[in-house]
Amino acid sequence: MKNSGYYSQFGGAFIPEILVQTFDELESAYLAARDDDSFWAEYLELMSTYSCRATPISRLDNLTKELGGATIYVKREDLNHTGAHKANNVMGQGLLTKRMGKKRVIAETGAGQHGVATATMAAKFGFDCTIYMGALDVERQRPNVFWMEQMGAEVVAVKEGSQTLKDAINEAFRDWVTNMDDTHYVLGTACGPHPFPEMVSWFQSIIGTEARAQMLETTGKLPSRVYACVGGGSNAMGIFSGFLDDKEVELVGVEAGGRGRGSGQHAARLAYDDATIGVAQGYKTFFLQNTDGQMQETHSVSAGLDYVGVSPILSHFHETGQVRFEAATDDAVVAAMQRTVRREGLIPALETSHAFAQAYLEAPNMSPDENILVNMSGRADKDIFTVADAVHDPKWKEFIISKADAYRQEMNNA
Amino acid sequence: MREQTTTLEQSIRAAREKKDILLMTHIVLGYPSFDDCARMVEDMVNAGVDLMELQIPFSEPMADGPVILRANAEALKAGATVEQSFEMAEKLTREFDIPFLFMTYYNILFCQGVDTFVDRCKSIGIQGCIIPDLPPIEGQEYLDAMNRNNLAPVHIFTPNTPEPRMRFLSDSSGGFIYTVARKGVTGKDTAFSDDLENYLVKCKSHTDLPLAVGFGVKSAEDINFLRGKVDIAVVGSETIRVMEQDGVDAVKPFIETLVA
Repeated sequence: MKNSGYYSQFGGAFIPEILVQTFDELESAYLAARDDDSFWAEYLELMSTYSCRATPISRLDNLTKELGGATIYVKREDLNHTGAHKANNVMGQGLLTKRMGKKRVIAETGAGQHGVATATMAAKFGFDCTIYMGALDVERQRPNVFWMEQMGAEVVAVKEGSQTLKDAINEAFRDWVTNMDDTHYVLGTACGPHPFPEMVSWFQSIIGTEARAQMLETTGKLPSRVYACVGGGSNAMGIFSGFLDDKEVELVGVEAGGRGRGSGQHAARLAYDDATIGVAQGYKTFFLQNTDGQMQETHSVSAGLDYVGVSPILSHFHETGQVRFEAATDDAVVAAMQRTVRREGLIPALETSHAFAQAYLEAPNMSPDENILVNMSGRADKDIFTVADAVHDPKWKEFIISKADAYRQEMNNA
Repeated sequence: MREQTTTLEQSIRAAREKKDILLMTHIVLGYPSFDDCARMVEDMVNAGVDLMELQIPFSEPMADGPVILRANAEALKAGATVEQSFEMAEKLTREFDIPFLFMTYYNILFCQGVDTFVDRCKSIGIQGCIIPDLPPIEGQEYLDAMNRNNLAPVHIFTPNTPEPRMRFLSDSSGGFIYTVARKGVTGKDTAFSDDLENYLVKCKSHTDLPLAVGFGVKSAEDINFLRGKVDIAVVGSETIRVMEQDGVDAVKPFIETLVA
C-alpha cells in the first residue's frame, strides 16, 4: 500500500487491516483501466447505448427572461437511465467489477438513487447485489426500494446509528470486510478511502467534458459560472472537472443549508463554519462533528445531501479557493424546484434544486452577456412521495388515503 | 523498527512464565454506564483476566460488529465523553495491577491532537493502543508519539495479510500482535480448525512479538484450542453479550468458566 490519494491535507485511506489488500487490488485495477484507452472507449459506448449520453444542455428561456441578467443553461444529467448522474459512476464501476472478475456488488444508498442505479447495473451485468439503506430511508423511499427489489437486489434496512446514509456506508464496509474475495463495493460518491474519490470523479468527469464542449459549440464561449449541488460531491466533481483549467470560469458548489446558518440543522460542511477536519469512514475531510470527534446529526429536505462529510477533493478546492461554496435552505430549495417545474417544465430533484436556487439568486446580478451553467444532476418525478410532502399537496394526500383504504379493503377480503 | 521493548511486552512475557495462555477482555467505556464498567473490570480482574482493552466509544466504529457497535452507540447516547473515558481509565490503572490498553478509532486521537492523546495515555498508565482504522502508513505521527513514550502500538494480522506485510506490520508494532481469526467484523462465529492453526503458525513466523487471537473466541473450548499456539486469547463481544443477557453480575462467573 502506498501513501497516496491526498489532496493537500485531505483524503488518504484510513482502512481496517483486513481491507488493505482489497484496496491495493482495486487501485491497481483502476490504474490499469485508466491507462487502457479501450476501457474508456468501452465505457463511452456503454453510456451512449444504455444511458442516453451525451446528455444535452438546455437553455432556460423563460427564467432567463423573468430573472434578467445572465442566460441560464442546464446540463441534463436527469436524462440518464435511472434519472440521475449516479449512472455514470455505477456503470463505470460495473465494468471495473467485470475486469476484476468479481461476481457480487454491494452499495450504500441514502435517498435510493444510487441503490437503484447499482441494482440496475447488477441486473444488466448479472451480478448478485445487496444494497444497504438506513431503516429510516427505507421507510421514506419505498418506491426506490420497490424498484431495487424488482431488479433482484436484496435491500438491507440498517437499524444502527442514525439509520441514514452514513450508517449504510458503515454497514456496507462491514459486509465488504467479510466478502471481499468475490464482492466489489460500489461506493456512490467521491468520498471514502483512496482510490474512491479519484475514481468516482473520473467516471463523473464525462459530465464536464461534454458540457464544456457543448457550451463552446452552442454559445461560442465558456460560461462565467458553473453551479452544482454538493452532498458527497460526485456530480459537482463531475461537472467541475471539465473547467478546472479555465481560470475565467467560477465554480460554485451548493450545499444543504437545511433550516439555515446557526440552526444546527443542516448539512453545510464548507459553506457554514460548523464543520471541522476529522477522519471517519476511511478518509480525512471536513465533518460535522463535536469537539470529541463524534459525528453529529445532519438535516436536509433532500436525503441525498444529508451527509456528515464531503469529498476530500472538494475540501481541498475549498481551501485553495478554486470552488466557492454556498448553502441553500430547505425553503429556498422547494421554491426553486416549483419555479423550475412551473416555468420551464423541467423537474429537478430536491438535491439538484439546491444548485438552481443559488443560480436564480445570482443570475439577476450578472450581465446579459454572460452565461451560467447549472448541473441538473437528477430528476424528481421518481421521488414523487418526498416531493409531494415537501410541497404539501392536499390532493396527493387524498389520493394516498383512498389508495390505502382500497388496499386495506383488499387485504381484509383476502 | 522499534529500539526498546515496551513495558507491555515485558508484562506479557512475565505473566506467560506463570500461565500457558493469557486472557484479554474488552469493554466499551460508558456502557452500560461508567459505574457498571468499574464493577465489571473489578470482577474480571478478580476472576483472573490478565489484560484489558478499554474502548473509547466512537460514533462510526466501522470495524466492529453488531454487539460492540450498539455498545458504542448506547454509551454515546448516555453522554459518554473522551474526558470521562480518560478519567475512568486513570482510576482503573491505579486500582488494578494488570496492563490496560485503549482501543478506539483514529478520529478520537485526531480531534484531541495525537501527541496530546498519547502523552496523556502515558501519564494515566495506559500501556498500549489498538487503532483499527489507522494503518502504519497513515500513522507516522502516532507511531512517533507512542515510541517516544515507550507505549505499545498494537497492529493487526488478518487471514488476508500477505507475509511481507506481516513483517512490516510487526516492525511498526509493540506489545503484541493482534491476529484476527477470520474475515469480517467482531462478534461473529469462528471455526477453530486446522486452517486457523496453519494461519497462526504463519503469523508466528513473521513476528517476534507475543501473539493474541481475537474475533469469535467465546468459550473454554476455544481457549483450549488456542493454548500452546498463541500467548493471549481475546474475548471481546461475548462478555458484553453475557452482560446484556444476564446482567453485570453474570460477567464474573462467565470469565471463571473461561480460565478454569
